[in-house]
Amino acid sequence: MLQISVFNRVLIWLTVAVGLMLAMPNGFYTSVEKHNDAAKLIEAGAQATPELEADLAGWPEFLPSSLVNLGLDLRGGAHLLAEVQVEDVYDDRMDGYWLEIRDALRGQRDTIGTIRRQNAPRGELRIKVSNPAGIEQALQTVRGLATPVVSLTGVGATDIQARAQGDLIIVEMSDAEKIATNDRTIQQSLEIIRRRVDEVGTREPTIQRQGERRILIQVPGIGSAAELKALIGTTAKLTFHPVVSQTSNPDEAPGPRNILVPSIDPQERGVFYILEQSPVVTGEELSDSQPAFDQNGSPAVTFRFNAGGARKFGIYTAENVGSPFAIVLDNEVISAPVIREAISGGSGQISGNFTVEESTNLAVLLRAGALPAEMTFLEERTIGPELGQDSIDAGKVACIVAFAMVLVFMFLSYGTFGIFANIALILNVGMIFGLLSLIGATLTLPGIAGIVLTIGMAVDANVLIFERIREELKSAKGPARAIELGYEKALSAILDANITTFITAVILFAMGSGPVRGFAITLGLGILTSVFTAIFVTRVIIVMWYDRKRPKTIEV
Amino acid sequence: MRLKLVPQNTNWDFFKRNKLTLGLSVVLILVGFASFMLQGLNYGIDFRGGTTIRTESVNPVDVAAYREALEPAGLGDVSITEVFDPTFADDQNVAMIRIEAQEGEEAASVDLVKTVETAMRALDPDIKFPSVESVGPKVSGELIQTAAIAVALAIFAVLFYIWLRFEWQFALGAVAALVHDVILTLGVFSELQIKFDLAIIAALLTIVGYSLNDTVVVFDRVRENLRKYKKKDLKDVLNVSINETLSRTVMTSVTTLLALFSLYILGGDVIRGFVFAMIWGVIVGTYSSVFVASAILLWLGVKRDWSKPDANAGNQFGNVEA
Repeated sequence: MLQISVFNRVLIWLTVAVGLMLAMPNGFYTSVEKHNDAAKLIEAGAQATPELEADLAGWPEFLPSSLVNLGLDLRGGAHLLAEVQVEDVYDDRMDGYWLEIRDALRGQRDTIGTIRRQNAPRGELRIKVSNPAGIEQALQTVRGLATPVVSLTGVGATDIQARAQGDLIIVEMSDAEKIATNDRTIQQSLEIIRRRVDEVGTREPTIQRQGERRILIQVPGIGSAAELKALIGTTAKLTFHPVVSQTSNPDEAPGPRNILVPSIDPQERGVFYILEQSPVVTGEELSDSQPAFDQNGSPAVTFRFNAGGARKFGIYTAENVGSPFAIVLDNEVISAPVIREAISGGSGQISGNFTVEESTNLAVLLRAGALPAEMTFLEERTIGPELGQDSIDAGKVACIVAFAMVLVFMFLSYGTFGIFANIALILNVGMIFGLLSLIGATLTLPGIAGIVLTIGMAVDANVLIFERIREELKSAKGPARAIELGYEKALSAILDANITTFITAVILFAMGSGPVRGFAITLGLGILTSVFTAIFVTRVIIVMWYDRKRPKTIEV
Repeated sequence: MRLKLVPQNTNWDFFKRNKLTLGLSVVLILVGFASFMLQGLNYGIDFRGGTTIRTESVNPVDVAAYREALEPAGLGDVSITEVFDPTFADDQNVAMIRIEAQEGEEAASVDLVKTVETAMRALDPDIKFPSVESVGPKVSGELIQTAAIAVALAIFAVLFYIWLRFEWQFALGAVAALVHDVILTLGVFSELQIKFDLAIIAALLTIVGYSLNDTVVVFDRVRENLRKYKKKDLKDVLNVSINETLSRTVMTSVTTLLALFSLYILGGDVIRGFVFAMIWGVIVGTYSSVFVASAILLWLGVKRDWSKPDANAGNQFGNVEA
C-alpha cells in the first residue's frame, strides 16, 4: 500500500531543505554580494574599515553565501573574443635559436667557414655557410642542438628541424614545437590579460581560453568594449634599439638584420628610423613603471629595470655615449634621445607626447608586462547596465505572472491535488536557484526564459501522474491503490520524456556559447528538479495527506 | 467542479482525416521550405557578421533622419528599425541600427562605432547606446556551422535513444515529427522575416525536446496498449492511446503556453523572437506528435508478435536464449 519509509521521507525533505537553503542568498542579493566582496577584501589583507565590517555583518557567516552569477546581458559590461596571433612568437624563437646556433658553429670555422644569417620568411631561420663543402657537418651540429619537445602530443619529436638547400641551412620549428609554443603563448596572454584587468580592479572578470588560440574576456561593469580593448588590445612591447640612421622614405630597404620603424612623435611626422633588429633591452626586464611628469611638466612614464636589464642597459649606454638609441613601443618609435652619459642606475624616463591618461595607461601596461603576441578581435559586445536591469525587471514580472497563471490553472484542473503540484512547483523553482548557486552557474536572459519554460513544463510530470490516477480510479480501485498504480505506471513515460529533453539540453550546453549555454543550464537543471519533485516530493505530500485524511473516495 | 479542457472518455478517430492532416503538413513543409530557399532567413549578426547598435532616446525615433545622419560615413548596407514594446516607458524610444560587416575587418573597429555614435549624437544630443554588438565574419561562419551540427546531433541522439527504448518504427515516427517541427519553424521565420540569431537555435533545440516529450508520452502508451490489446488493429490501438493521453497532452501544452505567453508579452523585446519560436514550436510540436508521429507509425506498422509476455517486451534481445 501507500507507504514511504521514514528514512526516505527524511531524505526527501532534507534534499528540498538543502536546495532551498542554497537558493536563499539570492533573495537578499545586494547584501550578500556586499558581504562576499567585503569577506574577499579582508581575506586579501585589506584594512577592516567600519564600512567593510558593516558589509560583512550584513549577512550571517553560517548561512550559505553563494549567489547565482548574473550574465553580462543582465548585469551590463563588455565581452570580447580575441584571437591570438600565435605566429608572432615564432620570430622571437628564431632569434633565440640563431644565437645558440651561431655559438655552436663558430667553433667549426675551419671546416664550414663563416656563417651569416639571411632574411627569411616568418618562422624560418636561414643561415648561409661560406664553405659549402662543410654543410653536412654544419647540419649535423645544428641537428645536435635540437631538444626533445615535452608535450602530450609530440612524444619523440624534437623542437627544430634543419635541412640544407645549396649553401643555406634552413631551420624550422617542428609541428610539435609549434603546438607547444602556441600553448605557451596563449597561457602567457591569458596571464597578462588577467593582470591588466586586475590592475583596473573590476569585479569578477571572466578570462577564458576558447579552442586552440582564442581568448574570451568578459568584464562586468566596464563602460564599453572599446575601453576594454584599449586596455588589453595593446601589445605594450617596449624595446630599446640602437639607431642606425634616419630617413623619410617609408620604402627604404633597411639592410640586413635591420628594421624600419616609423616615429609617432607629431614633430617628426613622416620620419622613419632604421634600427638594429635585436633590441638592447626589452620591457620584459622591467621591474616597475609609474606615471610621472618630466622636467618640462608634461606627462611621462618612469621605468626601472631589474638587475639583468640594468646591467645590459648600463654597459650599452657606457659604450655608446653620444649616439642615439630608440625607445620603441609596439613597432613605433616613441622617442630617440641621444645618450649623454652612461645610465647605470637602471632607471629612466620616457617622455613622448602623452596625455596624462595615456601615461597612466602605459605605466599599467608596462607593469603588467607585454603580450607575447598580437590579438585580433572577432567578436565584441557591450551591454549597458540599464538594459540589463530592464531585462531583469521584465523577466521577473514575466516569471511571476507565468507562475500565478500556472498555479491557478493547476488548482482549477486538479483541486487538492493541484495544490500539491503547486507546492512542488514552488519548491522546484527554489531548487533550480539553489542548484544554480551551488555550481556557480551564470544566469542569462535566455536562462530566465529557460526558468519560465520550466515553470510551464515542470507540471508535466505531475499531470502525467494525476491523469493516470484518474484513469485508475475509473476501473474502480480504492484510492490508495489508484494513487500507487498512477505513480507506478506513469514512471516510464516521465523518464523517457524527460531523458530525451535532457539529451537536447546537454547537446545545447556542449555546442552553445554564452547566453545559449545559460539557457541549456537552466533547462537541464529544471528537468532534474522537476522530475525529482514530481516523483518524490508530491508523492510524500500525497502520502502524508492520505495518512491523515484516509478518504474513502478521492477526486483528482 | 473541475476545469476540463478535454471531455472525459473521448473516443475520437484521429486517423479519419489522415490524408487531410498529412496533406496539410506536407503542404506547410513545402511552403516553409520554398520560403526558406527563395527568401532565406533574416540572419542576425551572430550568423552574418556585422554590428548592431541599440539606441535609446527621449525624443521620437525618426528612421529617415537617422539614415541621413549615417549616410556620409559610407558604411555600406545600414538597416534601421524602430523597436516597439509594451514594457517601454512613454518617453523611451528605441531603435536598432544594423551595419554590415566592413570589408577586411573582423569585429567592428573602435572607429566605426565612434563614427556612428558621433553622427547620432549630432542629430539627437539625448541619445544613448544601451548595447553595441559586433561579430566578425570568421566567427559568424563558425557559429552557423556549430548551430547546424547541434540541431542535427540532437535529432540523431534522440533517434538513437528512442530506437533503444522502443523500436525503430517509433524512432522514425518521432524523428519525422521533429523534422516537421524544425522545418515549419524555419519556414515561419523566413516567411515573416523575423531576426534569426543564436538564441533561436536554442529555441529550435527546445522545440525538438518538447515535441519529443509529447511524442514519447503517446508512444509510451502505445507500447503499453499494444501489450494489453493483442488482437486489436494497430489503428485502434493508436487511437485508444492518443485518446487516453489527450487530456495530458492538452494540459501540458496549455500550462507551457501560459508561461510562454506571459514571457512573450512581458519579457521585453530582447527575447521576443526567441519566445515566439518556442510558442510556435509548442503548438506545432503538439500537433505533430498526434498527427505526424502516430500517422507515420501507423504507416510503418509495428511487430505484433509479443510471444513472451513476461519479457520486457519489444526489445530486440527478447528472443535471445541466455
